[in-house]
Amino acid sequence: MRDVAIIGVKNTKFGELWERSLRDIVVEAGAGALEDAGVGGKEIDSLYVGNMSGGRFIDQEHIGALIADYSGLSKNLHVPATRVEAACASGGLALRQAIMAVASGYNDIVIAAGAEKMTDVGSEEASSALSAAADREWEGMTGATFPGLYAMIARLHMHRYGTTSEQLAEVAVKNHKNGSLNPIAQYKNRITVKDVLNSIMVADPLHIFDCSPITDGASAVVLAPADIAHKYTDTPIYIRATAQASDTIALHDRRDITTLDATVVAAKRAYSMAKLRPEDIDLVEVHDCFTIAEICAIEDLGFAEKGKGGIVTANGETAIGSRIPVNTSGGLKACGHPVGATGIKQAVEIVTQLRGEAGQRQVEGAEYGMTHNVGGSGATAVVHIFSRER
Amino acid sequence: MASVPRFWRGIGSRYNLEGTRCNECGEYFYPPRNFCVNCRRVGHIEPYKFKGTGEIISYTVIHTAAEGFEDQTPYILAIIQLDEGPRLTSQVIGNPENIHIRMRVRSVFRKLGEDGEGGMIYYGTKFVPEHE
Repeated sequence: MRDVAIIGVKNTKFGELWERSLRDIVVEAGAGALEDAGVGGKEIDSLYVGNMSGGRFIDQEHIGALIADYSGLSKNLHVPATRVEAACASGGLALRQAIMAVASGYNDIVIAAGAEKMTDVGSEEASSALSAAADREWEGMTGATFPGLYAMIARLHMHRYGTTSEQLAEVAVKNHKNGSLNPIAQYKNRITVKDVLNSIMVADPLHIFDCSPITDGASAVVLAPADIAHKYTDTPIYIRATAQASDTIALHDRRDITTLDATVVAAKRAYSMAKLRPEDIDLVEVHDCFTIAEICAIEDLGFAEKGKGGIVTANGETAIGSRIPVNTSGGLKACGHPVGATGIKQAVEIVTQLRGEAGQRQVEGAEYGMTHNVGGSGATAVVHIFSRER
Repeated sequence: MASVPRFWRGIGSRYNLEGTRCNECGEYFYPPRNFCVNCRRVGHIEPYKFKGTGEIISYTVIHTAAEGFEDQTPYILAIIQLDEGPRLTSQVIGNPENIHIRMRVRSVFRKLGEDGEGGMIYYGTKFVPEHE
């Protein structure tokens, strides 16, 4: 296997982009990443795009072909384009497919993109599309919603470990603060614990401010073999590990609903591949689709003891400038969660940080970064580790 | 909520808590599985009707409903462990104030929802406190 580097990155603005279509935003992200890398169309060997539900959100499938076409990679160049789907982990899996294509030697220059256009449907239809990430027949048909599933995780976590609603709220408060420092973030307003606790209850104990929003957005990265990365950029960022794991589609079938075993296993595989430990990681982008998800994630990735995620967060240990900065981008909560794009956006954030280009939210001296992207309530988890030095 | 055939083909399980059991390893499955997750191809799956008693593993009160459940809010949703072992997701009928983790419950046959006025009515299993 060959070492792989990221040589170009780009996020679009995240938010409710009424005036822009899926193809518009993916082209912006893709062209931006190629420009960042200094790569021309003729050099591109393949394209992977993470997209969860074009079919439900914009009544469009065949997303790979659409994106290749509007990126000018089809008519003359006929670049192969593949859509990757694993619900909210679609982006992370697209990145993983792209890494494997380069590592294997099949391809040299590969684009991994992710995109979701969610606001062309109403919020009820969007929620219904998102709930397709769970088991439709045995969760959805009983009246389960996505916030409802994570609320049950939160309830048991609180019951077993003493986690509080205030500690959950601290996740949202921190991520909004980080989002306020990120130019592309959907929400740049700072909020307080009181704001979270006073917001409407969606699924007890989760308030609306415990939930990530509905977002339009696209992200892209360009990959190359590490041996030639310096031809394109002075600051290639290296992939140290790519790992993925599966668990049961339904939350109720899990060994323990307060632990995402898929995350635990993917992280274990990633640490082993990178020959690193949690204490070596300088910052991490985790999948905070709900505040409780960030608390479980930092535990399951090894940054907090099981059950202590809430305390660690309330203590400020996950803030920028602290022990392990979590979600410097603002996370899914404040940067926004265009589901198919999220896994790629996380990689863009880590690359930006490891290059030292994150401005006000820069984690000083960051050498190793991690991304953690989850599909559904934890049936898919994908973890990547990146480094500044090869 | 679901197309008629999609709902209809699961009616045995949804109405009567019919699941399966692997005679090779002894594990029970609800929702039913026709392929044992432990024994895989050497498993021997047979139908099994659950007793319908169990306890609440975790629960939530849903205030923003799933599509087709809008007129039921707020409703209690729970993960329930049946006494035979498997866990399922179901609504619990009762006062949210009185629901708690590890609470004993039993299954009852109830209306689940409907596709609007004049649409299909869906029936299935919900749970109530065991001695109610």
